[in-house]
Amino acid sequence: MKRTTGLWLLIGLFGYAVLPWYALKRGFWSFEWVSQFGQQISASALFQVLNFGRFWLAPAGVALLVAAVLLTMNNPVKRSRWTALAALVGLIMTALQGLIIVRGGPQAFGDFFAFGGMENGQLGFGAGAFVLLLSLLFVLTTAISGMGKGRGDAFVVGLIGLIIALVGVFVFFPVVHILIRAFETPDGFSLTAFLPRLFSSDIWGLGCLSGTSCGPGINSVVLAILTGATSTALGLSFALIFTRTDFRAKKLLRLLTVIPIVTPPFVIGLALILLFGRTGAVTGLFADLFDVEKTRWIYGFDGVFLAQVLSFTPIAFLVLIGVVEGVSPSMEEASQTLNANRWQTFRYVSLPLMRPGLANAFLLGFIESLADFGNPLVLGGNFDVLSTEIYFSIVGTVADASGTAILSIALLMLTLGAFIIQRQWVGKKSYATVTGKGDSGRHSALSKGVKTACYATALPWAAFTAVVYSMIIFGSFVKLWGYNNSFTFDHYIRAFGIKHTAHGWRFSGVAWDSYFTTLTISSIAAPLTALLGLATAYLLVRQKFAGKNIFEFSTMLSFAIPGTVIGVSYILAFNFPPIELTGTSIILIIVFVFRNMPVGVRGGIAAMSQLDKSLDEASITLGANSFTTVRRVITPLLGPAILAALTYSFVRAITSVSAVIFLVSAKHNMATSFIVGRVENGEFGIAIAYSAVLIVTMITVIVLLQLLIGRRKLRASDRVET
Amino acid sequence: MNLNTPGSVVFENVVKKYGEVTALKALNLTVEPGTLVTLLGPSGCGKTTTLRLIAGLEAATSGKVIIGGKDVTHLSATYRAVSMVFQSYALFPHMTVRQNVAYGLTVKGMNKREAAGSADAGLEMVGLKGFGDRLPSELSGGQQQRVAVARAIVLEPEVLLLDEPLSNLDAKLRRHVREEIRQIQQELGLTAVYVTHDQEEAMAVSDRIIVMRNAEIAQEGNPHDLYERPNSAFIADFIGDANLVDCEVISTSDKGAEVAISGQQLLIPNEFNHKGNAKLVLRPHHIQLSDGGEGFEGNITYAAYLGNQVQYTIDGALGPLFVITDITSNPFSTGQNVRISFDPRKARLVAG
Ligand SMILES: Nc1ncnc2c1ncn2[C@@H]1O[C@H](COP(=O)(O)OP(=O)(O)OP(=O)(O)O)[C@@H](O)[C@H]1O
Ligand SMILES: [Mg+2]
Repeated sequence: MKRTTGLWLLIGLFGYAVLPWYALKRGFWSFEWVSQFGQQISASALFQVLNFGRFWLAPAGVALLVAAVLLTMNNPVKRSRWTALAALVGLIMTALQGLIIVRGGPQAFGDFFAFGGMENGQLGFGAGAFVLLLSLLFVLTTAISGMGKGRGDAFVVGLIGLIIALVGVFVFFPVVHILIRAFETPDGFSLTAFLPRLFSSDIWGLGCLSGTSCGPGINSVVLAILTGATSTALGLSFALIFTRTDFRAKKLLRLLTVIPIVTPPFVIGLALILLFGRTGAVTGLFADLFDVEKTRWIYGFDGVFLAQVLSFTPIAFLVLIGVVEGVSPSMEEASQTLNANRWQTFRYVSLPLMRPGLANAFLLGFIESLADFGNPLVLGGNFDVLSTEIYFSIVGTVADASGTAILSIALLMLTLGAFIIQRQWVGKKSYATVTGKGDSGRHSALSKGVKTACYATALPWAAFTAVVYSMIIFGSFVKLWGYNNSFTFDHYIRAFGIKHTAHGWRFSGVAWDSYFTTLTISSIAAPLTALLGLATAYLLVRQKFAGKNIFEFSTMLSFAIPGTVIGVSYILAFNFPPIELTGTSIILIIVFVFRNMPVGVRGGIAAMSQLDKSLDEASITLGANSFTTVRRVITPLLGPAILAALTYSFVRAITSVSAVIFLVSAKHNMATSFIVGRVENGEFGIAIAYSAVLIVTMITVIVLLQLLIGRRKLRASDRVET
Repeated sequence: MNLNTPGSVVFENVVKKYGEVTALKALNLTVEPGTLVTLLGPSGCGKTTTLRLIAGLEAATSGKVIIGGKDVTHLSATYRAVSMVFQSYALFPHMTVRQNVAYGLTVKGMNKREAAGSADAGLEMVGLKGFGDRLPSELSGGQQQRVAVARAIVLEPEVLLLDEPLSNLDAKLRRHVREEIRQIQQELGLTAVYVTHDQEEAMAVSDRIIVMRNAEIAQEGNPHDLYERPNSAFIADFIGDANLVDCEVISTSDKGAEVAISGQQLLIPNEFNHKGNAKLVLRPHHIQLSDGGEGFEGNITYAAYLGNQVQYTIDGALGPLFVITDITSNPFSTGQNVRISFDPRKARLVAG
């Protein structure tokens, strides 16, 4: 314990006395600060205090000093208690000075602390601050474990502390910023103006009943309800066909569940435009055959609804396969031995047992629809929904941070509400009847009527989905859709051309930049996401600590925060010191990690619950510490879950658009925001070609990962054979 | 007894609560070095909890845990010189048998080759020489069990913990393996704490037995004491078969207790301080039957001939009785009237 604390104190001292405290213009890795050592911009905190009078940086150093002196104390429990106090005070004081002494942003305490040296403010935290805060955090957690908390396990307590700190800074802190901004009015902050603005008719107006247009809040809710219901119904059809019939092409149905995962969200919208837009294939066909006028009907509610149902039905399908299979066959067999026919069995036994699962699928569709940004952006037309309104209010001519915050809160209320209902009510009321006992019975077949209904809805929809996806391939090879339908490679060449020049090969295509950025950032974010997600899952499944429920809830929370809201909150929170990140690639990595983390957590929880807990305990009693146990016992046994988390977070980072579009910069542009830019300019060809390349890239990476990590398992089972 | 030597375990007023549930109420317990102590008791009485507290897998709500004279209450399991054999064996499925056994040694920093050597020695001790390269899934249940024992003992722990180590084995194997465990424990002079809910198993392997009930110790002692001198009806019934006969204590003295049973008075020579209703513990083979003469009246309602002994169920003055007799005399038959007698020195009074 003493050694760990000492080590962290040394690291902290290095951060405090040597590394530059503030963020540097040219970045840390240029190492300019080494040659400029001693100048104010690149000085360490110690120098800032001693030479430049920034006394408010002193508490952190004092905390280090006190903790170091305390190392000489003999009583371990007392020492831990005092060390914890010192580290905590150091952390709080350092964070506070960072928040208070700033140039811009919400200066909540600005007037209160207006004294010498504060007007100029200070720059954001840099390498030194980062290292110091981290070291104080671990000194704190080590001390807490020394007090006997968490069974005295420094690794576990440190991990809990780290995750709480990360989620606090990168999920709660930004969301709190939105809240603060929402109370802002042109003349200061106002508590009373908030509610009227949140529930104003601009957002919740019902004008569409009387001929004008409804507010975006109402539009969002109506769209989300219809999308949720329709995709659940279609998903159920697919799931019933998949599990309860002898349908031949089940493999193809499976494919249907995989493809959407690697499809950027607006691609379906694009394909629909190619089909039903003014110059669309179907529109043209109808105009020729029936001599109807070519309209723009696809732009608006109908188009968005269609695109969302196409996008989210596969998700519902995936959820409902589990639900339908979860109904114990013995229940159905019992019903049949009680002389119920197939329809009665379905109606009175199976369906009621699936009800919580159906509600769950509906709520998922509801949340996804509310959060969807790509499809409304591409197809919305005059049909305003909250997620796109938020975007336009911040990129519009007059950036209205307060109005954006209000819209964000409106959207957040809806998604959080649905999320809480899903977790509190549906989550607990599950009848999943999968027991440890081998249930050997067979599911009852569907009655004729149900079967017909399933085939009649699911199969046409599957065909339609296939047509929509084939548009992506065709569209990328057509010169100018609807006008000049000749075959061409132009779009690919413009986007991904490689030229041979005097200086060798050059990536001359316009898309290369964003393509490489996307790949780089996604491949950095994916392992971090998987690591954080699985670490959280480990704590949730394997460790007991006070406040675990809140801990779990807050790590899952970012799942319910729509991407647009995250994007806005990051701009509001990280545009100013103390944490100034906008315009860097780090902010993109961070946003991916925290947005996709819940998926890693879920996967990890599922996988870890299947590992017998006594394996960890055996390792611990054999003298391994928790870290060794995680490394040598748990990780090797979690192979597939790690693979899934890696793949999923990689793919999500590539396809994500809603949060990213706020955070990209000229220097760090991402593929999806590049494509959206093309779409807004009407360059559909190149947009579609790029999307196709992305999809192929993702599939390649998934297959490669499977081969790479999947191989190891094979070898283990080879040995079983001999 | 020196409780500061390595291998002793002492609990001082240890309380363990899981939220509302109290799993242990102020437990005081001592395990002497080099002995095998069994925790015995009905399901849910707190045996596993006690074991996990020794291992450090659970933290005590209050009280002190002392191992080898050192207070380890706040020490995590990693740093306690204690190893445990789990009911499910908990062998790491991705490691070979040798890697499993060597695991504890390598995490302590021993180099791989030395660790493998010690692991092989450990495997030989449990009779699994040459199995080192197999995966756990390629072993039978009994072999896996022995690997788990080997893995625990190669660390030369101060205390070896075993939580129902035999419950996944079939009855025949169980007897064999428990003898092996006992042998290894005595050879190495290990302190062992053994959890079971099978009283026969407990009697067979233990130096001392601690019987638990409702989160408390009901009685402790060596197997002989517990059998011959139970201090409650619960213990009498739990350790071996017993007939509990209602009686009334009329007077007590230093010679014993005057007891009235179904109209007759007897002197039971054991210390007993309470007057009034009590129970007399009669072991089935301490009861004699005869077809006449002195004794209580009874009638055979069921007789089972088992080859080496005969078991009777009897109704009569003492209530229903279960009696075992040797095959020396002519067996009685169902419906026959008999006289029941017993040696008061072998009877035992407990609170009713
Ligand atoms: N993690 C836990 N959370 C809550 N209660 C628990 C927990 N573990 C044990 N208990 C409770 O503590 C009591 C003692 O449990 P323990 O596992 O020690 O019983 P046991 O004597 O080992 O029983 P068995 O013979 O069935 O294994 C039981 O009432 C049990 O329900
Ligand atoms: Mg138990």
